[in-house]
Amino acid sequence: MILRTPHPDPVGPADPETTASLAARLEAAAQARLGRGLAIRHVNTGSCNGCELELRALNNVLYDLERFGLRFVESPRHADVLLVTGPLTRNLRTALEQAWDATPDPKWVVAVGDCAVDGGVFKGSYAVLGGTGLAVPVDLTIGGCPPPPARILAGLRALLEANAK
Amino acid sequence: MTTANDIIRTAEAEICRPWPRYILSHADWAALTHASVTEPWTLLAHWADTVQAHALFLDPRALTIIPVSTPIEAGHYPALSPVLPGAAWYERMIHDLWGHVAQDGIDARPWLDHGTWPQMRPMATRPEPRTAIEPLLLADPDREGAMMLPLGPVWGRLDEAAHLRLTLNGSTVQHAEAVLGFTHKGTLTLMRGKSPRAAARFAARLSADATVAHSIAFAEATEAALDVAAPTRAVALRIVMLEVERIAGHLDNLTEIGRLADSQSVRTRCGLLRETLLRATAAAFGHRLMMDCVVPGGVATDIAEGGPQVILRALGDIASQLDSIRRLHDGPALALRLAGLGRTDKQLVAALGVGGVVGRSSGRAFDVRTMLSPGYAALAPRIATRAEGDAAVRQHLRLFEISESLRLIGAALDALPDGPLTVALPQASGEGIGCAESIRGDIWHWLRLDHGQIASVFPRDPGWALWPLAERVLEGADADDASLIRASLALPASGMDL
Repeated sequence: MILRTPHPDPVGPADPETTASLAARLEAAAQARLGRGLAIRHVNTGSCNGCELELRALNNVLYDLERFGLRFVESPRHADVLLVTGPLTRNLRTALEQAWDATPDPKWVVAVGDCAVDGGVFKGSYAVLGGTGLAVPVDLTIGGCPPPPARILAGLRALLEANAK
Repeated sequence: MTTANDIIRTAEAEICRPWPRYILSHADWAALTHASVTEPWTLLAHWADTVQAHALFLDPRALTIIPVSTPIEAGHYPALSPVLPGAAWYERMIHDLWGHVAQDGIDARPWLDHGTWPQMRPMATRPEPRTAIEPLLLADPDREGAMMLPLGPVWGRLDEAAHLRLTLNGSTVQHAEAVLGFTHKGTLTLMRGKSPRAAARFAARLSADATVAHSIAFAEATEAALDVAAPTRAVALRIVMLEVERIAGHLDNLTEIGRLADSQSVRTRCGLLRETLLRATAAAFGHRLMMDCVVPGGVATDIAEGGPQVILRALGDIASQLDSIRRLHDGPALALRLAGLGRTDKQLVAALGVGGVVGRSSGRAFDVRTMLSPGYAALAPRIATRAEGDAAVRQHLRLFEISESLRLIGAALDALPDGPLTVALPQASGEGIGCAESIRGDIWHWLRLDHGQIASVFPRDPGWALWPLAERVLEGADADDASLIRASLALPASGMDL
């Protein structure tokens, strides 16, 4: 007896209604579960290093920034958020503007520390412009000299919630 | 041959406490520069005001500090840099801020002034409005086929703004040039004309991980100028804060090196210990980094009720883990990665006057706590020096310094004297010098008060000695190691950008 090679049954298109409803459910779930992440690029515009010390503290196990889906990245091209410290010295204005231009839309700018908010104690110096907002649009300010990590984290989580909506 | 001491002995001196400042003619200034090499004296700092150029020397054998000055004549003074190459960056800074030209200096390119300020020579009697933007001049490698790797000024994950230009041959660094001044904030003009209490806020913001050290050096310079002394309780609390800052700073460095060298256990444990300590300092002194806690005349606030116990508990956590962290540094992951990395040259370290962990890892046993800082004599701080000068040894010295600081804080808190926290500062004139040992080495502040207001001031951050050293250390290194070498030398930016 000669066995003919079996062929699978021909099928028509998948039920479009089921597909559409599954796709909608997947999108909703992914947005809630996977879409809650922000890549942050830090830009120093003349800080005394105090804000950087407290930002570095966000990586320690007690704050553990990454559990919220927040992470620091090496390039503005990979970033959703520019996190700016320092009073914006004139010597770093171009660097901030280049970082802003390189960040893909949509993007957020967060000014961290009294200096980044309005120049802080260095306001009025010939060498500083006095705050991030004088070069790029700012979405969120977190004051303090330097702001403690808990306050920075609270600000970033608010941004995360807003971004998820 | 005339020795440096001969030149000093015949010179006129101005009152500057605790060391008189000698006024030299241009000829004597130049002769002293040459004599300083044969002594050998170490150049600690070089700066200016509107009428004079100043230099601060250390005589390491007599353990004395010698400030000298020479008048600016027709906008010029004799350069130190042909004899002392480490002075070149200071000369560029002096030219950018005051406009004085170092005659026959080895490098006349701008330093702090990147051509963006609305005025030129902002510290001069009459600053000039800027007419044209001059682009920043950088050394041209001028080598056929050389590849240039620019790093920064926005560099690293969470770092200070500095720019390194590496000329590569394959992946090996042939030539490294540091470009700084990005974080220049005009601090000196902001301090001028203010009372010491008001200006202390700027001294505290020169470099945040050395905020206590800069504040102490500034406060001591003020107290010396006014010929007053901080009360004993304030001196003891300053020691506690300075040593807490040292432990916190070294733990931050250990965390960072752990991250860069892929040792997760070191990163996690040191990061946690640092956080525990900072929460304790917030409870004891009201600020995690102790910014503005030291003021001219004493300390701003007393240690909180129960503060010593909170601090000691955090220190107990650190002490209990120190041995195992040390073992992790001897383990294969870190020891192999760090051994031989970023090796410093002993002669260069001595010539540049590099202090701190980097200096002590390369045989230079200089620490102002052993000879100059008030209150330390009774505690007898121990200093460790090594000769290898590589990144592995630097981490071991940092661990040793943490254990020594633990002991010093315990002893200081144990014998905390009662009494007032500040001494009143008279509205007087005078000139003084102060110093403190920060996490990166010795910090020096000089200032002149005119009826209670700052007429002129200069803070010398350890970065002035570390960056010229880093340029040499990077030569011959692998370009991929640049970040790790930067962290190992703990290169700062803000403190020397002023």
